[in-house]
Amino acid sequence: MQSIGDFFITLNDVLLKMTWLENSVNYILLNWMKMDETSLWFKGVSFFFFDVIKIFILLSVLIYISSYIQSYFSPEKTRKILGNIKGVPANIIGALLGTVTPFCSCSSIPIFIGFTKAGLPIGVTFSFLISSPLVDLASVILLASIFGWNVALAYVIVGLVIAVIGGSMISFFKMEKYVEQFVLNTRNQETVEIELDDYMSNKERRTYAFDQVKEIIQKVYIYIFIGVGIGAIIHGFIPATFIEKVLGDKNPFSVILATLVGIPMYADIFGTLPIAEALVLKGVGIGTVLAFMMAVTALSLPSIILLKKVVKKQLLFTFVGIITLGIIITGYLFNIFGYLFI
Amino acid sequence: MKIKVLGSGCPNCKRLEKNVIQAIEEMGLDATIEKITDYADIIAHGVMSTPALVVDNNVVFYGQVPSVDKIKDYLK
Repeated sequence: MQSIGDFFITLNDVLLKMTWLENSVNYILLNWMKMDETSLWFKGVSFFFFDVIKIFILLSVLIYISSYIQSYFSPEKTRKILGNIKGVPANIIGALLGTVTPFCSCSSIPIFIGFTKAGLPIGVTFSFLISSPLVDLASVILLASIFGWNVALAYVIVGLVIAVIGGSMISFFKMEKYVEQFVLNTRNQETVEIELDDYMSNKERRTYAFDQVKEIIQKVYIYIFIGVGIGAIIHGFIPATFIEKVLGDKNPFSVILATLVGIPMYADIFGTLPIAEALVLKGVGIGTVLAFMMAVTALSLPSIILLKKVVKKQLLFTFVGIITLGIIITGYLFNIFGYLFI
Repeated sequence: MKIKVLGSGCPNCKRLEKNVIQAIEEMGLDATIEKITDYADIIAHGVMSTPALVVDNNVVFYGQVPSVDKIKDYLK
């Protein structure tokens, strides 16, 4: 058994943690660039090159795999599935489908209207829309590569729980009346049934997945560079004592601070991972870091402004409030019980 | 031929419109292109995933930006 365990640890180190890449980067910096191992520059530069290369390799492979899986799903199909389920199970299935249904962020409003038109409860639609950016297949594996599988799994479960509870509460408070009238009016319109293009050949799925890799990399590479850049600065230059003071466990407001800073930020989860990684290496609690990541991905100013077009401010505030509270509670729970995972 | 491009104006929708215009020019088709950006109008076509292409009131595809060659196949 011991050897099987070792085998998986080795596999994890080679494929996900890419220790070989870190060693090669360090070797080149130390021996070819003649950098000083003890200098601040070395830490930052090493982190930057290692992380950029690692994230781009992992990202390409992961987007390919997850897009291939996603090619079996579409918002139109999801709507059909959800139409047949009632109550909290609909929120749960909605949250789960949110993780695998592909759509570009500009489709989120048509999806909101389309789901409402089909008669889905608002809460179910919210469960779907909350989990979708929060729990993304590719980002979860990337998370595992940095923090290990226990943390990644815990992140997935917490993300889904927030989506289910958030959506259920919106249903519970009967917030349907705070949806803009023009959205509700579509319910009385005649429904045009379009054919679901169910059939895709394997070749088409592979082409689709490959195109997605190109498209997503083009879209997110800038966030990755910025994220890794900030991570490198944190890693190399900002003293651990300073970060410890602001975001460390001793500061009782660290989680709240991390959440509030993260909310208005608009970045891809791939861009926030390197920042999270650097913070954890500096001794920031895992809960504080996860709260930051969730806040950045689940809520952002652009998405809130977009949502404002279809819901009234009461519902908007409730939505933002529930998610914020959920993230903060998650953060503190992870800080208290996080040692169980690492 | 009446062609509609459905989409709220995001980068993907603009790419689709560009590809459609190029496809029409290369095929020498006599067609009008209309851009549908209003959310309620998009939904009225039964589409949620944008961008989508509607030819003579039939949705031919949605949620994707096919290449110019692929669009030519749809317009035949």
